[in-house]
Amino acid sequence: MKTPLYEEHRRLGAQMTNFAGWEMPLIYSTIVGEVLTVRRAAGLFDLSHMGQLIVEGKGAFNLLQRATTNDVSLLGVGDAQYTLMCGEEGGILDDLILYRLDLNRYMLVTNAANRKLDFDWLGQHSYGHVKITDRSSDFGMVAIQGPGSEDVLKGMSNFDLHGLPRFGIRLGYISSIECWVARTGYTGEDGFELYCSANDIANLWSNLLDHGEQTGLIPAGLGARDVLRLEAGYPLYSHELSRSVTPVEARLMWTVKWSKPDFIGKEAIWRRYSMGPQEVLVGLEAMDRCIPRHGYDIYCNGHIVGSVTSGTFSPTLKKAIGMGYVKFGCSEIGRIVEVKIRERYCPCAVVDMPFYRRQKQVCQQTCR
Amino acid sequence: MQPKELLYSKTHEWVRVQDNRATIGITDHAQSELGDIVFVELPNVGTKIQAGMPFGTVESIKTVSDLVAPISGEVIEVNSDLNETPELVNEDPYQRGWMLVIEMSNRSELDQLKNADEYEDFIRQR
Repeated sequence: MKTPLYEEHRRLGAQMTNFAGWEMPLIYSTIVGEVLTVRRAAGLFDLSHMGQLIVEGKGAFNLLQRATTNDVSLLGVGDAQYTLMCGEEGGILDDLILYRLDLNRYMLVTNAANRKLDFDWLGQHSYGHVKITDRSSDFGMVAIQGPGSEDVLKGMSNFDLHGLPRFGIRLGYISSIECWVARTGYTGEDGFELYCSANDIANLWSNLLDHGEQTGLIPAGLGARDVLRLEAGYPLYSHELSRSVTPVEARLMWTVKWSKPDFIGKEAIWRRYSMGPQEVLVGLEAMDRCIPRHGYDIYCNGHIVGSVTSGTFSPTLKKAIGMGYVKFGCSEIGRIVEVKIRERYCPCAVVDMPFYRRQKQVCQQTCR
Repeated sequence: MQPKELLYSKTHEWVRVQDNRATIGITDHAQSELGDIVFVELPNVGTKIQAGMPFGTVESIKTVSDLVAPISGEVIEVNSDLNETPELVNEDPYQRGWMLVIEMSNRSELDQLKNADEYEDFIRQR
């Protein structure tokens, strides 16, 4: 499948890749260059492959409260939260951003590969006055990420962007194109995700690139996106997250709210939580010149204790980093494990995540 | 375009022959396929490498790949600059991105390698 920006990517000379059935830009220039530009200035990403499900009606709140793990009652109109959908056994079906667009209208943004499953799952559990619509092909989606993002959008928007808080969303105009503008992202930087009509997205894309040139905005591909999210310690569905792990192993218990009434998977997750997990997701930092990569076995005291789910060389930190699941007994911060890379055992330290944390604006002004 | 004076292997290494010595690196095509190179693992001086066998690895953000010896011989020099600046292989694969100098043990192996035109055809066909 092709996103409405496919021709733009070809024009920009992007190297393309298949991602969840979509032809997506992997690299425009170099991964390192794109990553560092997002950290320093800003990058523009095509995310039109992601799914948008609109859940609306008087029963929307109850359905979402039951189908997701986070507490939907905490959302005011214009707020968003990171949340999970879990199965009855507690396994993670998807990780999502839930936006409250209006009193009785929500938007769930799903992973591309899970869109259909999420839609069906919500349909199966809905009752009463609720309508679920898959708007994925009507919407185009781009993200502008990096410290320069607000500068780029400032001159293009019809409202005060500075007033939009992290995890806030509002309807507005960017270069006269109607968009849902959300201060969300997956890079560890300040930035925005923009949702507009698929018919307008190509215009929005080129307007953003034109307007952002002075700020140093460049298009960035999925290669850079993967490195950025890893540096920021964010899990990726089908790597860190799957049906075979619960939020307990994935260390996502902050998204699970016991205090709300019953939700799907609550009992199973509670059981796992109170017993303690067998294995947990950890951050890894290579102590040698090697990169832990997806699928490599992790050893502790000569035994296999897990495997790497993601890994890369971090251009920002100038060291190799990764994530993986390991047995609980080998998971404490500071523990040295070994990752078997072909015939070699590469020592890696278990470290706290995120690997990279952006400097807050206040600090940039006063701590320099 | 590949430098005319070099010889090339099917596994995308180049060879610059000078008397009985050969300098070895990877081609521009290879570095571009790998993308941002972050580690280059090379053998020590004195190691004997054998044509067709791996002699090291090159690791980019995207992937890890074997370096395959285009010819046999003993390593007499290693480009230690690549320890700190592996990106030289991306930036200048035929000059500052060189990897090894070896003392060749079997010059007749050079006949198995491609010249610049043959290599150009070879990568076009892929």
